[in-house]
Amino acid sequence: MATDAPQARTHAIRMDSLGRSAGSKTLADEQITLTVDDLSLYYGEKQALYNVEMKIPHKRVTAFIGPSGCGKSTLLRCFNRMNDLVDGCRIEGKIHLDGNNIYDKGVDAAALRRNVGMVFQKPNPFPKSIYENVAYGLRIQGINKKRVLDEVVERSLRGAALWDEVKDRLQDNALGMSGGQQQRLVIARTIAVEPEVLLLDEPASALDPISTLKIEELIYELKSKYTIVIVTHNMQQAARVSDYTAFMYMGKLVEFGDTDTLFTNPSKKQTEDYITGRYG
Amino acid sequence: MSVKNQQRHSFLEWCRRGEPMIWFNAAAVSISAIAVIGLLFLLAVRGFGHFWPADVMQANYALPGDQPARVIGEVVQTEAVPVEQLRSAGFELDTEELFIDRQLIKQGNRDVNGRDFTWLLSRHLSDISYPENLMVVERHEWGNFYGFLRSVKEAGTVVAGAEQSEAELWAAYESRLERAKALYADIKDIEKNKIGAINYKMEKLRLRERGLELDEGVSAERRAATEAEIASERAELDAAYAELQSQLTELYTKIHRDSITAEVMSGQIVELRMDKIVHTYRPNAMSVIDKMGFYVFKFVEFLTDEPREANTEGGIFPAIFGTVIMVLIMSIIVTPFGVIAAVYLREYAKQGVMTRIIRIAVNNLAGVPSIVYGVFGLGFFIYFLGSEIDQVFYPEALPAPTFGTPGLLWASLTLALLTLPVVIVATEEGLSRIPKALREGSLALGATKAETLWRVVLPMASPAMMTGLILAVARAAGEVAPLMLVGVVKLAPTLPVNGNFPYFHLDQKFMHLGFHIYDVGFQSPNVEAARPLVYATALLLVVIIALLNLSAVALRNRLREKYKALDI
Repeated sequence: MATDAPQARTHAIRMDSLGRSAGSKTLADEQITLTVDDLSLYYGEKQALYNVEMKIPHKRVTAFIGPSGCGKSTLLRCFNRMNDLVDGCRIEGKIHLDGNNIYDKGVDAAALRRNVGMVFQKPNPFPKSIYENVAYGLRIQGINKKRVLDEVVERSLRGAALWDEVKDRLQDNALGMSGGQQQRLVIARTIAVEPEVLLLDEPASALDPISTLKIEELIYELKSKYTIVIVTHNMQQAARVSDYTAFMYMGKLVEFGDTDTLFTNPSKKQTEDYITGRYG
Repeated sequence: MSVKNQQRHSFLEWCRRGEPMIWFNAAAVSISAIAVIGLLFLLAVRGFGHFWPADVMQANYALPGDQPARVIGEVVQTEAVPVEQLRSAGFELDTEELFIDRQLIKQGNRDVNGRDFTWLLSRHLSDISYPENLMVVERHEWGNFYGFLRSVKEAGTVVAGAEQSEAELWAAYESRLERAKALYADIKDIEKNKIGAINYKMEKLRLRERGLELDEGVSAERRAATEAEIASERAELDAAYAELQSQLTELYTKIHRDSITAEVMSGQIVELRMDKIVHTYRPNAMSVIDKMGFYVFKFVEFLTDEPREANTEGGIFPAIFGTVIMVLIMSIIVTPFGVIAAVYLREYAKQGVMTRIIRIAVNNLAGVPSIVYGVFGLGFFIYFLGSEIDQVFYPEALPAPTFGTPGLLWASLTLALLTLPVVIVATEEGLSRIPKALREGSLALGATKAETLWRVVLPMASPAMMTGLILAVARAAGEVAPLMLVGVVKLAPTLPVNGNFPYFHLDQKFMHLGFHIYDVGFQSPNVEAARPLVYATALLLVVIIALLNLSAVALRNRLREKYKALDI
């Protein structure tokens, strides 16, 4: 076992005081939100995911780790059918969200995405006011009542731990905020439509350490309400924030288990090599 | 030897550093800048000098062996001509010089002298003076008049003449001229606006009557009722017309009361009717301040008045108005059309051979000569679409065409077609530059593709659309060739937007600055008089295009500021 895993644990222990229920349950006991069933994905002729099988537990943080290009973001984007937008992308297999295959014919991708929100690697607020950014998802749904919007905007900004910083400048352009604030705004925007699942695609990779810490704290808080799937490059981050971790390599799911076990006692050699820094 | 080597070495070094390229680039930029500034300067100098009230010269002119004769006029231009050329033209000149000066004199009085301008040899002019009582009269007909005021007449009898002092005579003239001007304005108002409106209504009635005749599905009593209604309205209009006519007769008698007599350069006394006079002034008696005031007055008149005398006098307001309104209508047509086409091409169409062919076709469309668009507009819009519209909607007016004839709508449509490629290309460019992350951000919130386009992509691409529109406006406003086929005329009696219901007349013909330049410069009976107007109008056209562009640029900059793209 590597030297930096215990190091990661020290962070995690500190974070535990924020409410993580570390290791109290195993995957078998969890209620399952997302089930990935023999999923393969091709970009044209090139296969990017190979027969992935996994279960994402309800109201837990699941982290995907792995070297660049291993398919973790691709897999994440399957959960809200973001890959539909990519030309030449073809998917085989199923993903069940609460028992329904999201790749069934007749599933409305827009409705699915309201239920499975996504936050991207770089903050991407719209060039609108802070208020309008958060209200965007509601306006799309045709909700334009000021009272409702005001309430949702405040609740979402509070939920994203941003309210106190921006409550006096809701009408300012969102692009005037710092990167960390922008990313929390994007999270606020996503939780404003009250999704069931939150997909976070390396949400802190473009941010400075303090902003990263804030995002991580936020993930803890959001866990009580949402099922969270996070892709990260940063193994310490995965160890700190997640309950379950999946290690992927070359488009294959190598190992998936609760975070403590995966980091302290990986069952696969590849996993151990990766988390001890031998490659990746 | 070594120094020479050194020099060559340093020259090569200089070249290697890329210095020559920098100098070439700088030179190219300077030449372009100088060319543009020089062009504007030339237009300004040639054009705007025209409004300055130049001094009027009185002199004796005698060719060798001739009796001296008095000439009066403004010196417009002086140039050197070869003596040889003059000799071959029949002048007898005893001079050793190779070149002598000649002057172009604007002598006016076309009704008396037969022509406005004459060339005189400078060396044969003598006793040049600038008498203060020499007056210039701008007239509604026959161009300027130059001469000395001799008497003012009221109903044929002299009320001020030689016995009064110069100042009293002038004052008597000016007060009567003010009265005549006021009367003239009243007459114009009645003739153009009031009678014009009645004629317009009469025509509408006639069309209604004709429509009734053509419509066979109307019951007999309904027909009789409508006919009675038409008859009563017509009677009303006739009465109003008769009333206006009597007012007019009265005004005409009043305005014809006064006249002046004036002495022209030959010494002949000429009578001028007051109603034929536009302005009068004595340039030799004016101070520089007076002249500046007069200049501003003339310039404003140029901008706001209607043309007179086959467009060689007066203002160019209808042409300015026509140009601007046509460009605006074109923008309103081309922008949505181009944007929708670009959105389909870029966002919805499957990218492949077909879209590539369409793109190539669109780009090539931008290279088609504009006259071809004019021919297309005439053939398709006017002869085909317009006649169909007439058949269906305006059968009562036939055989006189309503939309089946060149007009504002067709001109705007033709130009919209002409500028469509520019808007499509610019919008596509803009759409392709919207970061993917923003589209995904919107889609991830549950927006459909259309909602994402409408709420995020199109607003962000709006600066690019404005760029397309700016290029389109720049091209359209300066276009003349196609317009000659599809709607522009030398003189439009009314503006396309006027007081007659429905106020906005898309079927009307209109005037345009570009065509005005061509018409005044090359189709005018009085080329010398019109030349400064060509320059002034050209500069004005440039200024208007610049203003239209600047407002579009300002709008674009605001949009850019609002939707500045993220660095994603």
